[in-house]
Amino acid sequence: MKKRSPSLSWLVVAALVLVPLVLPAFWLQNIFAKAAVFGIIALSLSFLNTYGGMVSMAQMAAAGLAAYAMAYMSVNGSGLGVPLPWPLALVIALTVGTVFGALTGWIASRTRGVYLLMLTLAIGMGVFSFAQQNNELFNAFDGINGVAAPRVGHLSLNAPIPFYVLSVGLAWLLLVLVNHVVRTPFGLALQGLRDSDRRLAALGFRVTLHKIAAFALAGFMASVGGVLMLWYQGQIAPGSVGLTAATNILVIAVLGGLRRPAGAFAGALVFILLQTFATDLFFRDRYNTLIGAVFLLVVLFLPSGVLGLTDLVSWLRRAIRTRQAGEQSSSTP
Amino acid sequence: MTARLFVNVALNGLTLAALYFIVASGFSIVFGLLRTVNMAHGALYLLGAYIGYDVAAAHGWWWGVLAAAIAVGLLGAAMQKWLLDRMQGQDLRQALVTIGLSIVLGDLLLARYGGLTYQFDPPDVLYGSVRLPADLGGYPTFRLFLIGVALAVGLGLWLLMYRTRLGMAIRAGVDDRAMLSAMGFNVPGLFILVFALGASMAGLAGVIGGSALSVAPGEDARYLMSSLVVVIVGGMGSLGGAALGALLVAYAEQIGLVLFPHYAILLTFVIMIAVLAVRPRGLLGRA
Repeated sequence: MKKRSPSLSWLVVAALVLVPLVLPAFWLQNIFAKAAVFGIIALSLSFLNTYGGMVSMAQMAAAGLAAYAMAYMSVNGSGLGVPLPWPLALVIALTVGTVFGALTGWIASRTRGVYLLMLTLAIGMGVFSFAQQNNELFNAFDGINGVAAPRVGHLSLNAPIPFYVLSVGLAWLLLVLVNHVVRTPFGLALQGLRDSDRRLAALGFRVTLHKIAAFALAGFMASVGGVLMLWYQGQIAPGSVGLTAATNILVIAVLGGLRRPAGAFAGALVFILLQTFATDLFFRDRYNTLIGAVFLLVVLFLPSGVLGLTDLVSWLRRAIRTRQAGEQSSSTP
Repeated sequence: MTARLFVNVALNGLTLAALYFIVASGFSIVFGLLRTVNMAHGALYLLGAYIGYDVAAAHGWWWGVLAAAIAVGLLGAAMQKWLLDRMQGQDLRQALVTIGLSIVLGDLLLARYGGLTYQFDPPDVLYGSVRLPADLGGYPTFRLFLIGVALAVGLGLWLLMYRTRLGMAIRAGVDDRAMLSAMGFNVPGLFILVFALGASMAGLAGVIGGSALSVAPGEDARYLMSSLVVVIVGGMGSLGGAALGALLVAYAEQIGLVLFPHYAILLTFVIMIAVLAVRPRGLLGRA
């Protein structure tokens, strides 16, 4: 496990604090907060893969279900659902996502590797199909629109600075949670599961339950991202849980490098920047081609994702130090 | 449920199963031998449909079919030779590469053909409908043709696998790749051939499916999902499994649409979950 350099962490924290003071609202909301939101969902995928050895393509579906549940229980412009006080709706929405995660884990419990990826993708697309064809709960193609973010006091959670603080704050909290969980006995068992689930079972652990619990935790994290996504977009539609959305989350996780949980946020930032500014760099609407090409390059040449480039810095440092030591030793008689 | 409705549902289910079988068979044989999950399979379907449309518009429908199958097969061969062959054994990485390719291909197709829905003109001999006996109405001729094509594809693949030397090599490779190589077979070449075959199945299905139904962006996602569910239910790497899975999934969809249209997809997934609970490898799958 690579040890993160503390100076890099402080740099990141300082940058995040400075951003709202320096950059305009567009950057806050549409770049950084959005990166935090999608980073949270990608974090759930990255957590499952790095510590559980399971690539789940159903994370966006979990996020989407939580978003749909929240929209259903909020005042919305589609006239659907039952408005509830937002804290209650929030708890129910997060529970929906977590239960869906556990269910996915249960369905996928006897599979592993690429087969598990396929199965979770099929599950995710099943959610998409269901959302698309069902009127009563999901409002079919139109989705649920006109959802207002809650108000706390006189602040709307949708406004740039409150939303930025909320999403980045939650992102940080979830990252701390992940780093804490992987050091608990449960987290260690999960890593044992990744390395060899048969050995873990032979030691007496209940492998299936561990898988389900890990998926449930990932589902919870994705749900947090999903609710934030709903508040950011003000609406939820089947397209938010479709194949493109699910693969985008995978792209983000891979871009950030699947070795470190924090990579999910770096990957999300790169992804959002590409998506937002590709129109200036590239032919107008072809940002998906650009993202796909970058993704391919990362998979083919940069297994640690774009964060692998920071490894370059420490590699260079080591190379210089070795060179200097070599010169010193060769200069002494 | 009148007799006519019953016959309609039965035939529609058979048509859909035929289409799903052709698409899923390509997906399944690629996994069976290469252990590669080709996430670009849906995109290859769409590519085949669009190529077929362009060629058919210029030279006629039959040339469109041939062009689609060959062009997509060649692309598949290129994918295997230049990209996937470097990562033999790394299943996840191969899946990720095919995902990346599907993103790029899907977007390029969207750029070239836009968001419109294309409708093919099937050849005159297949146009119109066939009168069913006993006053059960008519059924489109083309759909019956589709069922025929699926049967032919199934038979052809079975003959290839079980009655030719090539098929023997493929089956041996599924069991023990290293041994096959040790016996002097050109395994990388075999892989390229099989991948090309799987891809051309997708291309063929694209034209035929496009003619029976229609072509639009989003069809790639639909057929990728159906291929996934069909091989999960039927079993990976098994032709019989692809056929059985296709029948189950297609009928689940059709019956669901008739009985509870807003919850139809749940029936498909209940079946999938039930199969997985009992046989995690699929109904006819092997380890």
